[in-house]
Amino acid sequence: MTVAQQIPPKTLPVESRTLHNGRWSGFRHLLKARLLELKREREVIFWAFGFPVLLAIGLGIAFGHKSADIAPIAIVDSNGAADALSLLQHSPQSPSLRPGVVAESEALQGFRLGKYDLVVVPDGKGGFQYRYDPARPESVLARAQVDDALQTASGRKDPVPTTAVASSEPGSRYIDFLIPGLLGMNLMNSGMWGLGFALVDMRQRKLLKRFVGTPMRRSDFLLALISSRLVLMVIEIGILLGFGVLAFHMRVLGSLFSIVLLASMGAVSFGGLGLLVASRADKIESVSGLMNLVMMPMWIFSGVFFSSERFPALLQPFIKLLPLTALNDALRATILQGASLGAQSGRLLVLVLWGGISFVLALRWFRWT
Amino acid sequence: MATAIQCRDLRKTYDDGNVEAVRGLNLEIEAGECFGLLGPNGAGKTTTIEILEGLLAPTSGQVTILGQNWKDNAHELRESMGISLQETRLSEKLTVLETIELFSGFYRQPRSPVEVLEQMQLGEKADAWVGKLSGGQRQRLAVATALVGNPKILFLDEPTTGLDPQSRRQLWDIIRTFQQSGGTVLLTTHYMDEAERLCDRLAIIDHGQVIAEGTPSDLIERLGGHHMVEFQVSGNSDHDAVDIWKALPGVESVRHDNGFVCLNVHEPHLTIPALLDAVKKQGEHLLHLTTRQASLEDVFVRLTGRHLRED
Repeated sequence: MTVAQQIPPKTLPVESRTLHNGRWSGFRHLLKARLLELKREREVIFWAFGFPVLLAIGLGIAFGHKSADIAPIAIVDSNGAADALSLLQHSPQSPSLRPGVVAESEALQGFRLGKYDLVVVPDGKGGFQYRYDPARPESVLARAQVDDALQTASGRKDPVPTTAVASSEPGSRYIDFLIPGLLGMNLMNSGMWGLGFALVDMRQRKLLKRFVGTPMRRSDFLLALISSRLVLMVIEIGILLGFGVLAFHMRVLGSLFSIVLLASMGAVSFGGLGLLVASRADKIESVSGLMNLVMMPMWIFSGVFFSSERFPALLQPFIKLLPLTALNDALRATILQGASLGAQSGRLLVLVLWGGISFVLALRWFRWT
Repeated sequence: MATAIQCRDLRKTYDDGNVEAVRGLNLEIEAGECFGLLGPNGAGKTTTIEILEGLLAPTSGQVTILGQNWKDNAHELRESMGISLQETRLSEKLTVLETIELFSGFYRQPRSPVEVLEQMQLGEKADAWVGKLSGGQRQRLAVATALVGNPKILFLDEPTTGLDPQSRRQLWDIIRTFQQSGGTVLLTTHYMDEAERLCDRLAIIDHGQVIAEGTPSDLIERLGGHHMVEFQVSGNSDHDAVDIWKALPGVESVRHDNGFVCLNVHEPHLTIPALLDAVKKQGEHLLHLTTRQASLEDVFVRLTGRHLRED
């Protein structure tokens, strides 16, 4: 008996229950499927939302309370060391100094390893010699403080009376600088990985090819991927800025609208770059290398963890043209100084050009099958 | 009957390394037919079906599907066909129902996803993640994504490769049902039993060309005999003996296969007594003797001198 004989003909009223889909049905279904997948992917949740917050916590703790630092000072144990110690302990600067008398070898060793900011060597005739490292800011600072302390405690009278008030205002601290930078970096990371990785993965799984075999509009597919990025981006901003405000009392001066608009431009621009990087690769391994190659310079140069102004002037024009520099600078100006978007058209143009050119090239080279 | 799929002088040369995957292939498939492309791995089956599906551009040649061509009517054609690629890994973290709904969203007038799942016997798995499905269930899901668009033509590239016998039979039923509701099926396979049971007509493909075409029984008929007699004789399997076997009554062809002698015969009841006599006359005796129906495998071996699946 063959299979044909086992099945009664015309068993299913196939035409009876058909649905009607509109123009945007494909887009809606793709977006929904993508968001469901992202929600179920634990790694995505961690890298997009958890990782930047952890970085902010770590760096915020490491660099957040620098003003409270106390300079460790080594006084070489010799004739006059006790005088130096006594003078320092009775000086007005004593709260910010932690002097100790140690043997010469121990003092120099400790200084070399960063245990001491300054070494004070008594010359035995009532004078002192400072050993400091001009390349270390804390060493330079310690020298000035110790000198002031020794002179004042020995009876120096300042000709001009001055007073100082300690000020650590939100907006000028390292954490304030850091959070917009982390936001920018996160937009780059998840924009490039979120699109690039997803596309290559789907190409490798032949899912792209399968989709192309349906009446799906290719533009809808890319649009849905980018839209899913934008949804994620809004959550990313909310979490990171919310964390900054709640945990570090960060002050957000710019309007939320400008921030979201700026971040959207960043997300779309890096999405375009991700699309370009992934336009032909069909193995995750090959696209990973390419991604890192593109992102590495921006991690270093674009002012995520420290100001890009620290690089030589010669490099500045190149650095300013990087999309992440433009995004970070614009985010900082908007969040920290409340600058309007209109005032930063140059930075916006850099973002738009990177995004636009990437998209055009990516669509030209894109391999679906 | 109307022609559903037609291709003329199809050629495909891959630009890397001058590999000629398809060399002048002609096919004509009627609407409502289940047509099979049978051939060994690397014969050009997948390249051919992907060209017909509009996923690959041929180097030269013409393709007409439902009277339309890929250049002018791609979107319309995609509305009226469903495909299942040789290997697609659907998103593991979507459920079965979500996957079908996603695909249904691409078509103007899809079938109800729930109904398709029921037909595919995947109703119980509707809320299971794709990553948790067995091989047979995944393959049925792949076919479900092809059927949900309510296609007129179904393209299946090796739909049952790697499946257990029960899953294969389930898929055969699904394909039959689709065909009986008026659909046209084009499938590739390297399983001859699948081709024999499922296909109305088939083309045997080797080295990018059709080397034989017809209904399964036609093709077997063309061998010259419906029966195979396989035996093994003691002593050396002497190739000089071929002439003796060939001279036996009712023998169409002789071949050696793994130490066995295979005779393609019309009438085994005449051949076998004569064979026994001939063996006795040589002073040898039979170590083994079987008779069976000729299969497409025999057709393929006769045409190419090789087996379909060289394991």
